[in-house]
Amino acid sequence: MSETAPAGKYFGKTVERKEDPELITGDAGYVDDLEEPGMCHIAILRSQHGHAKINDIDTSRAEEVEGVIDVLTAEDFEAAALPTPGHIPVIWHFTDFEIPEAFWKRVIVGDRARYQGESIAVVIAEDRYTAYNARDQIHVDYEPLDAVVSPFDAMEADAPTLHDEAPDNVVFDWEEGDAEATDEQFEAADHTFSVELPSQRILPTSIETRGALATYSGSSGKLELQMTSQNPHLHRSLLSRVLDYPEHKIQVVAPDVGGGFGSKIYHYADEAITAWLAMYLERPVKWIAPRSEASQTDAHGRGLAQEGELAIDDDGTVRAVRVTGHVDLGAYVSCLLPALPTDEYWGVLSGPYDLNAAHCRIRGVLTNAAPVDAYRGANLTDATHLLERLMKTAATELGIDPVEIRRRNFISADEFPFETVTGMLYDSGDYEPALDRALEMVDYEALRGRQAKLREEGRYLGIGVASFIEMSGLGPSAICGMLGAQSGYWENSTIRVHPSGTVTAFCGTSGHGQGHETTFAQIVADKLGVPYDDVEVVEGDTDQIAHGQGTYASRSGPVGGGAVARGADKVVEKGRKIAAHQLEVQLEDIDFEDGAFAVTGAPDRSMTIQEIAAEAYLGHDLPDEMEPGLEETSFYDPENLTFPFGTHIAVVEIDPATGELEFVRYVGVDDCGEQINPQIVEGQVQGGVAQGIGQARSEAAVYDDRGNIRTATLLDYGLPKTNTVPELELDSTVTPSPHNPIGVKGVGEAGTLAAPPAVVNAVVDALEPFGIDHVNMPVTDEVIWTAIQESETGPGGES
Amino acid sequence: MRREDVSLTVNGNEHEISIEPSRLLVHTLRGELGYTGTNIGCESGVCGACTVLMDGKPVKSCTLLTMQADGAEIETVEGLKTNGELHPIQEGFSQEHGLQCGYCTPGMMMTAVDLLKQNPDPTREEIRDGLEGNLCRCTGYQNIVNAVESAAEKMHSGGSHE
Repeated sequence: MSETAPAGKYFGKTVERKEDPELITGDAGYVDDLEEPGMCHIAILRSQHGHAKINDIDTSRAEEVEGVIDVLTAEDFEAAALPTPGHIPVIWHFTDFEIPEAFWKRVIVGDRARYQGESIAVVIAEDRYTAYNARDQIHVDYEPLDAVVSPFDAMEADAPTLHDEAPDNVVFDWEEGDAEATDEQFEAADHTFSVELPSQRILPTSIETRGALATYSGSSGKLELQMTSQNPHLHRSLLSRVLDYPEHKIQVVAPDVGGGFGSKIYHYADEAITAWLAMYLERPVKWIAPRSEASQTDAHGRGLAQEGELAIDDDGTVRAVRVTGHVDLGAYVSCLLPALPTDEYWGVLSGPYDLNAAHCRIRGVLTNAAPVDAYRGANLTDATHLLERLMKTAATELGIDPVEIRRRNFISADEFPFETVTGMLYDSGDYEPALDRALEMVDYEALRGRQAKLREEGRYLGIGVASFIEMSGLGPSAICGMLGAQSGYWENSTIRVHPSGTVTAFCGTSGHGQGHETTFAQIVADKLGVPYDDVEVVEGDTDQIAHGQGTYASRSGPVGGGAVARGADKVVEKGRKIAAHQLEVQLEDIDFEDGAFAVTGAPDRSMTIQEIAAEAYLGHDLPDEMEPGLEETSFYDPENLTFPFGTHIAVVEIDPATGELEFVRYVGVDDCGEQINPQIVEGQVQGGVAQGIGQARSEAAVYDDRGNIRTATLLDYGLPKTNTVPELELDSTVTPSPHNPIGVKGVGEAGTLAAPPAVVNAVVDALEPFGIDHVNMPVTDEVIWTAIQESETGPGGES
Repeated sequence: MRREDVSLTVNGNEHEISIEPSRLLVHTLRGELGYTGTNIGCESGVCGACTVLMDGKPVKSCTLLTMQADGAEIETVEGLKTNGELHPIQEGFSQEHGLQCGYCTPGMMMTAVDLLKQNPDPTREEIRDGLEGNLCRCTGYQNIVNAVESAAEKMHSGGSHE
């Protein structure tokens, strides 16, 4: 263990999760479980077309349905006395280019719909069934327009234009890296290899869909929105802007939240509509997304089409990487999107490798599809997939073992902190032990032998290796600001020790399954030397927590945990002053250990933190000018990002007659720095791997040429199931991060990054005898079967 | 609006209610009767978050009309804990970290309760096959399998819920 985070009584241990009792008994309170007196329900009518002009909306029949309170269109919103909700802001621009408001999402449209699912009208009714029944009575006179669903088609001269402000549908053309130096490396290299990866979209698919319950008091002007949120304070700020309503009169609460995976970060039209209607009607209003609407409107993930090239020498030394990418933005630019396929993607484009140069050019293109935004791993996954596919291709072509080629290019342990060609400062790393451990677990040499033997028997085993870097722990604020962020990326925590000595930690992060109540309590309990059961963690309420940035990008451990640790340290420092005063010694003569402040060398002269807390609130005998109470706040801004890493190996067997894939092994070794709770770390990796396997094998949000989503229900969208995810064998190494006070790096996205290239490389490795050197995700059995059929040595081939 | 009288026994409590014939069982349980532990994830019978036991058999309550359950005995997650004691399946999920956000967990546990009733000593593969109608997006499933295994062991060793 490092000096920054000594193993404690609770830190580093698996303890029972504080979250579980209410979640396993049905006592949890998700948004749809909540009710308010006088509550009414809404159903939102959404565009049936991918692209259409709206000539007329006839709501008269819907209004006549018994139980309907009102039916509103964009026209009604504009005519109301309240301000009309504005566009949903883009909150990450580029340093030299702000995304114009013309491309921001609209709350409700009355003239033209640009994607299927865009909001057109709202029915408010006493009952949810009535609202939906009445919604079906609204008649919309659409005039369908030509649609475009591929970023490449959208750039064609005759493609329909989505917004007049971008006649060619290109919103941005972004470049990073040293083009000249990269070109020189490519010219000097012995070999270049390329790979093309299409723009697969993913549905985030939290099992709980988005929803909101808004209440408004006309007398106080207080607007409360209980909603499915990963960052209530951000939602409050955005809602304040969208509704043009003062931030201090808005309370946003995230009750229990049933997963998010990124999709509950951004602001959407629906929650703004719900809040606006509560003010308009002065009645509580609830909206819950049915699954098909969630699939149409939740920001999709990925959407980045990549053409990547690798420059490499005979001995396997990689010189440079070069990429041209096109991101399928969808019909509007979503809140954080500009940062994702650009700065984030670029940040890890050199992966765990020491390269001489890199360059990328990314164009953001509008299409008639739902907007895309961050989804677990965001576009870090695309960078990892591209790089690891290129490494596999190069290894095969050069006849170098895929493990060896990675080993030769790894940044060495003694080179940290390491500045990459992409301008990142990697905090710490030791990549070979993680690789070696994975090889040992899978018994790599023996496995290669078995693969060769099986091939002779006409059986096709594939071994897929993927090493990766994850970029975690957003901020620091200043660096994010330099990259165009419109908000800070610190985290806030207030540690309140009550007069009795029990503790509440108020945290600006907002967990939704990750176990913050447990892990943050572990940090506090150790720092203050109080029992774990005496610590309660409160998150997700803008009225209870001073401020916060929320939970995404694996920032809660490194940044949120850092804030918790700093706040607790401040409490100890105040306690030390009180103890020194009351025990009549100098401050430096007080030792604090295991919850007791003792005079150095005289352990019997001591006060417990509980006694100190009582004195702090009693206020009879405090140092001069000290304010009573024992509560401290930290707005912690991290020193830098953190860079977890690891190596995953997938082993598969493919039946060439049917294309069926069977997982033989899946091994993963992750290094996320110090682990607050190993069981929770492993749980995060397991969940991430399953999502990565989903992307690799079965998940894709698919549109037809008219912009109709073909995967709107879970009947047609291929989520992983209990019997499609293999048994995972996981282990870890520990390389503490020096970039935060607790040495942690974040682990939420690791598996999602590692699994797709591990699985796809395994498939390609298995199919090598067929002359197949690439397959696109999702690699379904059908994709494999087709590739074999069309291969040179397959049944449809020449030989 | 037409309403029908329906009687349901939920976790041993008898309920006589009058509801619209179109109302789904899950909405009746959650909205009319307040058993909100049962969740809704897909409204198409795929995700299994709404799984309850009806006359001892697992059903997806978003695919049934309330009237189809007239006279039935329903068990929901709220009924698993008895006399203040957690059911072994609840203990298993908690101890093995078989949940993260917990949204799919009630349905997952109800399916698992039935699975262990049918097959008290399942293999891991049998558990995976038995739970394939319940989707979880958080856990990657491995710890859920561990949870069911652990519950099976507890129930073998004389747990009170056999």
